[in-house]
Amino acid sequence: MDSLTSLAQRLMALDDKLTDCMRCGMCQAVCPMFGASGMEADVARGKLALIGNMAHEIFRDPDALSDKLGRCLLCGSCQAACPPGVKIMDIFRESREVVHEFLGLHPAKKLIFRQLLGHPKLFNLAMSVGAPVQKLLFRSSNDRQGTVCAPMLDFMLGDRHIRPLAKQSLHAKYGFLDESRAPNKLQVAFFPGCLGDKMYTEMSEACIKVLHHHGVAIYMPDTFACCGIPAVSSGDAKGMLNQLSCNLALLANRSFDYLVTPCGSCTSTIKELWPEYAERLDDTSARVAKSISDRTMDINAFLIDVLHVEPKTPKEGAVKVTYHDSCHLKKSLGISAQPRTLLKANENYSLVEMNEADRCCGCGGSFNLFHYDYSRKIGQRKRDNVVQSGAAVVTAGCPACMMQLEDVLSHNGDPVTVKHPVELYAETL
Amino acid sequence: MASQGLISDFEQMLGKENVFSSEADLQSYSYDSAVLEPVIPSLVVRPTNSEQLAAAVTKLYENGIPMTVRGSGTNLSGGTIPDKSETVVILTTGLTRILEINSNDLYAVVEPGVITAQFAQEVAKSNLFYPPDPGSQAVSTIGGNIAENAGGLRGLKYGVTKDYVMGLEFFDATGALVKTGSRTVKCVTGYNLAGMMIQSEGTLGVISQAILKLVPPPKASRALMAVFDNIQNAAEAVAGIIAAHVLPCTLEFLDNNTIVRVDDFTHAGLPREAGAILLIEVDGHPAQVEDDAAAVEKVLKENKATAVHIPKDAAEKFKLWEARRMALPVLARCRPTTVLEDATVPRSQIPAMMKAVNEIAAKYKVEVGTFGHAGDGNLHPTFLCDKRDKEEYHRVELAIDEMFDVAINLQGTLSGEHGIGTAKSKWMEKETSRGTILFSQRLRRALDPKGLLNPSKLVGI
Repeated sequence: MDSLTSLAQRLMALDDKLTDCMRCGMCQAVCPMFGASGMEADVARGKLALIGNMAHEIFRDPDALSDKLGRCLLCGSCQAACPPGVKIMDIFRESREVVHEFLGLHPAKKLIFRQLLGHPKLFNLAMSVGAPVQKLLFRSSNDRQGTVCAPMLDFMLGDRHIRPLAKQSLHAKYGFLDESRAPNKLQVAFFPGCLGDKMYTEMSEACIKVLHHHGVAIYMPDTFACCGIPAVSSGDAKGMLNQLSCNLALLANRSFDYLVTPCGSCTSTIKELWPEYAERLDDTSARVAKSISDRTMDINAFLIDVLHVEPKTPKEGAVKVTYHDSCHLKKSLGISAQPRTLLKANENYSLVEMNEADRCCGCGGSFNLFHYDYSRKIGQRKRDNVVQSGAAVVTAGCPACMMQLEDVLSHNGDPVTVKHPVELYAETL
Repeated sequence: MASQGLISDFEQMLGKENVFSSEADLQSYSYDSAVLEPVIPSLVVRPTNSEQLAAAVTKLYENGIPMTVRGSGTNLSGGTIPDKSETVVILTTGLTRILEINSNDLYAVVEPGVITAQFAQEVAKSNLFYPPDPGSQAVSTIGGNIAENAGGLRGLKYGVTKDYVMGLEFFDATGALVKTGSRTVKCVTGYNLAGMMIQSEGTLGVISQAILKLVPPPKASRALMAVFDNIQNAAEAVAGIIAAHVLPCTLEFLDNNTIVRVDDFTHAGLPREAGAILLIEVDGHPAQVEDDAAAVEKVLKENKATAVHIPKDAAEKFKLWEARRMALPVLARCRPTTVLEDATVPRSQIPAMMKAVNEIAAKYKVEVGTFGHAGDGNLHPTFLCDKRDKEEYHRVELAIDEMFDVAINLQGTLSGEHGIGTAKSKWMEKETSRGTILFSQRLRRALDPKGLLNPSKLVGI
């Protein structure tokens, strides 16, 4: 059989889902990538048409399809706004997997997803070696965001203004944390995510402070693997399954009440994708993943819905803060009220809304690595909205968004700091 | 695929980033929102100013290459599907400037690629109002709205796109600039070519600029929802509202199947036994809105409305409209393929038309949900099917054919707002006359001697 025919046959499994697209084009209004390029093949309708054409062997260029599929932030804005409710994210994930299995995974991605992210100890070692050395390579971008740039690493980092790795990672500081539950109190598994462990440690420490304040005991092993979203986004199911196995081993047979994360992307991955992928492992894993998924909460939602943190009236002269809705929080999980309520729990800040608060910031994980030009262009629109709000602080419930916000604000020299809502709440304790 | 020479010429003319020639890109401009077979064009170009647009048209004319102009590609009758594989698609989405919003003289000047909803939003910032609101307004372009004479929910009181076009600039098939109309309320200089261009579906010229009329926004509005046992009572209520000399800005209805489907999905507690729901909004000066709302409520009750709901605040009003907003999305989720029709009849004929639609659906064993603009007699019978099931889809086509027959017999029309394109061209003569087709074709041939502008659309050339 022609190998393209076999690829087509695998994509035909998506035909029922693909046929649901009525080609209305309403996705154009919300797609950040289409907003930046204006090209039909960049919006969901165009991509669904191409996947369908590949399945029906009208289109026979898998490299081009792979390229087009990669021009997407997987932000889910299209799916959230889709009139006929096409399962666009499922289709994109599955197509990426099928196409990349056919073409083979990029060697750099293979190294990162299979080796580094799937072997937490190796990843931790690499990063602990990297942290002291980075001083030699980075220089401060001299900005309110505290980011650095690295002209010597231009080939790798480009013109990015990024936050340096933390001097000491979270797992190095806390080790294997397993606090026992106080009477009538809760225990949570705290999953900081890669960025929360290695870069945004202040954010993670704020979470720990807040949880302790509310008498919540914490279980946090020091060898969590990545949640798996970068691998899944690149169509690398094998990488995802490696990382998932690692994490399930650490979380199975544990009696924590909730799994809490400060990262919208981790939360949505654990809640929505872990059960789906664990089914490919074995029955026990599937059961464990489902049980974890049911107990997983975004930390903003946990603080408001479970611990009932109350909003206050802002003091006179309060600092203006605005909130960016991370796609994975709002569009995947429907969480938009709780982070705002949490911001109001600190009376030293007053919340002002920016325009298009729920429009994607342009990070999109590995999208930022491969399409930095578009990522910056999309980010600039977000930056303009942040600045127009007049806020001195912009918050987001996802460190990936925070990283992107810092990059675009730093490039524009804006005096706006970037924080997680939990950090502002922690200031009150 | 276009020749390398042509591609290079366009790249030089428009910049590489505005010329799309890869197979992947070409395939993504092969369809629009109509349920029709795609046709892959040979090249797609995106001019970013009027001069480039003129140069592109001229170039294609000189080379005898057919062209299809495309905005956001939301056409429901196939008007933006390329005619043949040689076709070059000209995108207007690079022409997105709002050139002027004039609050003293109540007009705006825009390029064709401006998005309708964004334009309306900008206009609102100047405390003015651009009423046409087609269902696709969040993505549709003004150029497309003009070329299709797009309607929307506010037709009854405010009219449709044609009522807001004061003037146009466009390029004829050869690329020559044509100007018509002006920034003045009155203008009788020359033929009313703007009128000719409206709903010409890309067959007579390529719009490069439009002068649009703006109006002061209404100061107040009030919504009402009424429930009826049957369509006849609802239709009599509609007639009663007009007879009472009230012109609501929107007067929408949902049939029983749509109500049930929406309620299944939203669990909003809609009246599942109702034969029809009417959703009405009156707007204007606050005192007039009070009077109009009271008059409408009286008419509704006189016409056997079994319940009338009047929302108390904006939140309740938003919820009330939920049923209408969800009508198409919910129907679209029922089956893989959604064929959205727009047969329109004089409003007094709505009961007859609805009866026929439901009988035809039963006859051909197809599912249909109908909602639409009751005030305009503009129904949206929405056929739910799976086009992959050839036998089922054939029954849908037969049902639609028969429905058009009924619409024409009731002195209605094939299309209230979606256009003819290729989807309905075979019906044109039945509604009009042989002479109409010949006249239109002669007009086209005179203006477009090489037959390059969207040649197979409307009446053909």
